[in-house]
Amino acid sequence: MARIDVRKTYKLYIGGQFPRSESGRSYVVNDAKGKLLANAALASRKDARDAVVAARKAFGGWSGRTAYNRAQVVYRIAEVLEGRREQFEAELRAAEGISPAKARTYVDAAIDRLVWYAGWADKLTQVVGNANPVAGPYFNLSTPEPSGVIAVVAPNGPLLGLVSVVAPLIVTGNTVVVIASEAHPLTAITLGEVMATSDLPGGVVNVLTGHQAEIAPWLASHMDVNGIDLTGVTDVELATELEAAAAENLKRVRRPSPDEDWLAEPGLERMTAFQETKTVWHPIGV
Amino acid sequence: MVSTGSTHDWTYAPAPESRSVVDIKESYGLFIDGEFTDGTGTSFKSINPATEEVLAEVAEASEADVDRAVKAARRAYTRVWSRMSGAERAKYLYRIARIIQERGRELAVLESIDNGKPIKESRDFDVPTAAAHFFYYAGWADKLKYAGYGETPLGVAGQVIPWNFPLLMLSWKIAPALAAGNTVVLKPAETTPLTALLFAEICQQAELPPGVVNIVTGAGDTGRSLVSHSDVDKVAFTGSTEVGRAIARAVAGTDKKVTLELGGKAANIVFDDAPIDQAIEGIVGGIFFNQGHVCCAGSRLLVQESVADEVMERLKRRMSTLRLGDPLDKNTDVGAINSGEQLTRIRELAGVGDAEGAERWEVACDLPTKGYWFPPTVFTGVSQAHRIAREEIFGPVLSVLTFRTPAEAVEKANNTPYGLSAGVWTDKGSRILSIANQLRAGVVWANTFNKFDPTSPFGGYKESGYGREGGRHGLQAYLKGER
Repeated sequence: MARIDVRKTYKLYIGGQFPRSESGRSYVVNDAKGKLLANAALASRKDARDAVVAARKAFGGWSGRTAYNRAQVVYRIAEVLEGRREQFEAELRAAEGISPAKARTYVDAAIDRLVWYAGWADKLTQVVGNANPVAGPYFNLSTPEPSGVIAVVAPNGPLLGLVSVVAPLIVTGNTVVVIASEAHPLTAITLGEVMATSDLPGGVVNVLTGHQAEIAPWLASHMDVNGIDLTGVTDVELATELEAAAAENLKRVRRPSPDEDWLAEPGLERMTAFQETKTVWHPIGV
Repeated sequence: MVSTGSTHDWTYAPAPESRSVVDIKESYGLFIDGEFTDGTGTSFKSINPATEEVLAEVAEASEADVDRAVKAARRAYTRVWSRMSGAERAKYLYRIARIIQERGRELAVLESIDNGKPIKESRDFDVPTAAAHFFYYAGWADKLKYAGYGETPLGVAGQVIPWNFPLLMLSWKIAPALAAGNTVVLKPAETTPLTALLFAEICQQAELPPGVVNIVTGAGDTGRSLVSHSDVDKVAFTGSTEVGRAIARAVAGTDKKVTLELGGKAANIVFDDAPIDQAIEGIVGGIFFNQGHVCCAGSRLLVQESVADEVMERLKRRMSTLRLGDPLDKNTDVGAINSGEQLTRIRELAGVGDAEGAERWEVACDLPTKGYWFPPTVFTGVSQAHRIAREEIFGPVLSVLTFRTPAEAVEKANNTPYGLSAGVWTDKGSRILSIANQLRAGVVWANTFNKFDPTSPFGGYKESGYGREGGRHGLQAYLKGER
């Protein structure tokens, strides 16, 4: 007799834990052929708020770490992902119905992207910061700092897309609440397992699964969220609504980018979009 | 209107700057496509806030006028400015910088008359810093490829500026925009349009190609028409957080790039080991500079409990030597409140301070009978919940809170939706750097306050807005690329 599989329950990833949705809801996730893959948690407004609380709580500690330390943690995520690459390749094939070669390409790219961003942790300040030669006897230095808690609507790419929007935010010291791809949420939760075992403090990345149109407005209007990345919003009206809601507390908004080539080298923009510039003055004298 | 201190009787003979250097016309039109033209809308009066004298009748640009200005800017962008080499653009900006310097006295007097700020400030700060801004960005125009934001301008910029530093805010907006190859339509504040209109004349003197700079005067409606115009590629705004929010909403769903420099409620933190004489000067300059009409004003004094009594005593003594009165008098430290509306708001919030139980102390001085005036004022016994500790008063009103530990100071300093600036005063270097790191504010002045420079990026965290003006960073707001 064939052995009966032990199936995995996919839950949310909030504050380093894997809770079910407080709403008790779930939704069916099918594979590329329309066959049941699993039930995913259908996150609610309360889950979104819990995730923001967790992200805020984690922000002070995470942004206060040395850049070198953040680099090591993000690099560690890459290492752990490399060790579990077969699981991710299998998940991508199931979710998207893509070839083994293609799945390998995406996993390779996701791992390499994490390594690429990890290296930026202690270099971005040098590249975008400035010593400013003011016309007077003053020391004057501008440095980038993370904006705070950032809400992200992830694009559809179950792994590479997700990694490409989250890594640039955390490597610079932000903490994140990310709404995973509605169609392909399972890999996001599996990636949560990788992050949970990579020395990434709980709450730095929080993953919600469910309906984008239901959860995103709560995050866009949340007064303790400092920025919102709308990358994965394809509905133009929803994007406009979210941007307008974000105005209430002047969130930094990154507008949708529908035609992004996820295999291309990203540049600095995803990091700098959620960085503030702090300029410190001090008199020079004896 | 010289105030008298308790220990010294300072009296000064009047030393007014001559008004004759300025020729104010009876009425002004709009500056569109290189020419002054009549508006199709109504008009409004600009008055001298120190005397309530009507200075001039100014056209209020209608939606059609704004459209005409944007079209002129678009034409100039497409046909002239975006095709010109950076080196040539630079030369125009250098010319403008030089003319501002040459006509500095005129600009300073006009600014003080229209705005109410002391001539000492317009002459020694506003005008020279405005010239320096043009000089600085002129030099970037042919060096954009080294700045890291690409070399592609955005197109037409719609810019709306406040009344607290009219010419200086104009320069913060126009200089980087033009250097990067954009053309602009700028709306000055309705209470202070005159130096912007004089600047239009300077553009003519510099023979700047028509349409590169357009000035549309007016109030909120004109501003709304400008920022929501569909052919504007970039919106730059300095002003209240409330209007900033409305702009952020209005541009939602468009491709417009936006920078917002909004309100603040800066903490000025004084530790017990601070160099006390400098700190007192910094506190006074932090809140009474420009009558407190400064978005980055140090309006919340956080003083360590152990030195609070001493600091307050010395602060009051110093405040008593401030001279309030005629903005054109070279000895004046504190000028007029910019408008009756602003005076009402300051009075109202100060009244709330009384009602909520804070203790008001103000400099004993005779206020002029005409014009809008408010004496330098300090509230003690202020708690974090008080409205005068939370809301931007934008006037010469200081709220004083105390703290015991550095952690408490940081906690209180950051307890605000704003994040534009902050100050820290201590002799301990490691403490300065630690506190500066923890403050969530775009500009931190350590053992100094209210310093500005064209090379130094300025702008806020949180609800103080986004984007930076000044320095290399200031170019990012007007260019398409990223590194």
